[in-house]
Amino acid sequence: MKKVHLSKVILYVILIVYAVITVYPFLWALFASIKPYSEIVGSGLKLLPHNPTLENFKYIFTQDPLFPKWVINSIVIAVVGTVLNVIFNSMCGYALARLHFPGRKTLFMIVMICIMVPAQILLIPNYLIMKQLGLLDSYAALIIPSAINFSYIFMMRQFFISFPTEIEEAAELDGLSRLMIFFRIVIPMARASVGTQAIFVFLAFWNDFMKPLLYVTSQEKYTLTLGLQSFQSQHATQWNYIMAAAIVTIIPIVIMYILLNKYFMKGMKIGGDK
Amino acid sequence: MKKKGEKLQGLIFSLPALIILFIFTLLPILYSFYLSFNKVNLVGDISYNFVGLGNYIKALRDPRVIVAIQNTLKYVIIVVPAQTLLALLLAYILNSGIKFQTGFRTLLFLPTLTSSSALTMIFMFLFSVNGPINKMLVGVGILNQPVGFLYDSKTVLYAIIIMNVWSTVPMFMTIYLAGLQDIPKTMYEAAEIDGANAFQRLVKITVPQLVPVTNYIVMVGLASTFQLFDQTYIVSGGSGGPNNATLTLSLIIYQYAFKTFGTIGYASAIAVVLTLFIFILTMILRKFSNENVTGEGLD
Repeated sequence: MKKVHLSKVILYVILIVYAVITVYPFLWALFASIKPYSEIVGSGLKLLPHNPTLENFKYIFTQDPLFPKWVINSIVIAVVGTVLNVIFNSMCGYALARLHFPGRKTLFMIVMICIMVPAQILLIPNYLIMKQLGLLDSYAALIIPSAINFSYIFMMRQFFISFPTEIEEAAELDGLSRLMIFFRIVIPMARASVGTQAIFVFLAFWNDFMKPLLYVTSQEKYTLTLGLQSFQSQHATQWNYIMAAAIVTIIPIVIMYILLNKYFMKGMKIGGDK
Repeated sequence: MKKKGEKLQGLIFSLPALIILFIFTLLPILYSFYLSFNKVNLVGDISYNFVGLGNYIKALRDPRVIVAIQNTLKYVIIVVPAQTLLALLLAYILNSGIKFQTGFRTLLFLPTLTSSSALTMIFMFLFSVNGPINKMLVGVGILNQPVGFLYDSKTVLYAIIIMNVWSTVPMFMTIYLAGLQDIPKTMYEAAEIDGANAFQRLVKITVPQLVPVTNYIVMVGLASTFQLFDQTYIVSGGSGGPNNATLTLSLIIYQYAFKTFGTIGYASAIAVVLTLFIFILTMILRKFSNENVTGEGLD
């Protein structure tokens, strides 16, 4: 009896230690973001700020000419990209599950193979293709090539395969067209799958570093991830500003995570993000 | 009548995806192969000079490519086993009837949400000369004076390894946890009746039952570690330094494609090899992977 008790204690200790290791860097960044520079460099290992201040955030939003633009860029790209993904992936998944059209099997096979294709091979040719199309250095360069996602096309197909047909048939009798049925009846009923998809797609757009690095050159079009990096090379070791900027990129996602937790957990069960 | 309508509808519904699939996935794959067999000049109008396997042969003799392969392999060989074992261990503990399971799981998910860019910034700060890691190590007497971990070619890759294991473990832990919860309780009960202890149950039931999940986790782990880019780019400012210590295959592809002139075909050749390698590896592991874990057949 006593032995069981001890082993439980050990497990809790391991978990707590690991949780501290996981959370500690975030706490350190969070508290650094509200410390003046001198305190970050000079205060030893003290985590909590002596004189908490919002000066760093004020500085990056009002004194830095580009930072507010990066925030807006990231929001626009992630929101537009997510909306397009949800519409296109769901439509394609629905077609693959429900509609009999020539080439359906081939398309499904291609989608399944594309899930496994590493993004690595697409970067250089897409750069050249977008150069020819005149899309480089624009929001479109970051949104359009990523406006569909093969994993979520597949996920939506799986969802629609087991979706009851009766509802659509009834709507059809009422004279609604297929597209209207899809957007007004089917999509609202697929809320859970759509929500899971939307969250993980949003996260991928928001956190992407490589595509903005390759496809965007003017600083005022940077996303936050890329901006952070250039911010760091400009401000060298001014960790107070850099940490404030890093915290700004993390907070919206954490809020989303708290509010929409069940969708996150559902997404992880399906196989996580790619 | 209905069938005919469906043909058109099917086309309309899949059209947006089809267009993007064609222009930004299928065409680029073919284009990549084409580029890899050419010397490509981007100045003015794009011009192509067919060089056959020239780019591939050149890559094999390029000492920087060899260094990049060595760094990448070192990274993969340490990170994949480390993150898989740690994730399994933590999931196992979480699943052993512990209280606050959801609380721990929620908290540990934090790194999964955060961008590589923000995480790398935070770790550059933690590892910096004035950062807490140096202060701690000097404080307890392990170091005599602060070390610039990220500016020393002997330590920088290990710093990145620690950071990335730290940041990927929670995601794999969550997947393992779902796998553990799918193992039927009756198997453990039967083993307990037969007198198996906790360790025997772990080795004889848990680990074998988790083989498909492990396959999936190793597959995803390999595919992502072989493509390591963001962290080494940010830490080295794109140079792969100090002294090529952070030069990975993805980084060298980036440099040849976008930083030096006239080497975009050469970069494509390296990208094609890396991609084929990852693709084949994924295909092999997928064969052994349980369909449910990879998402197929769910929902």
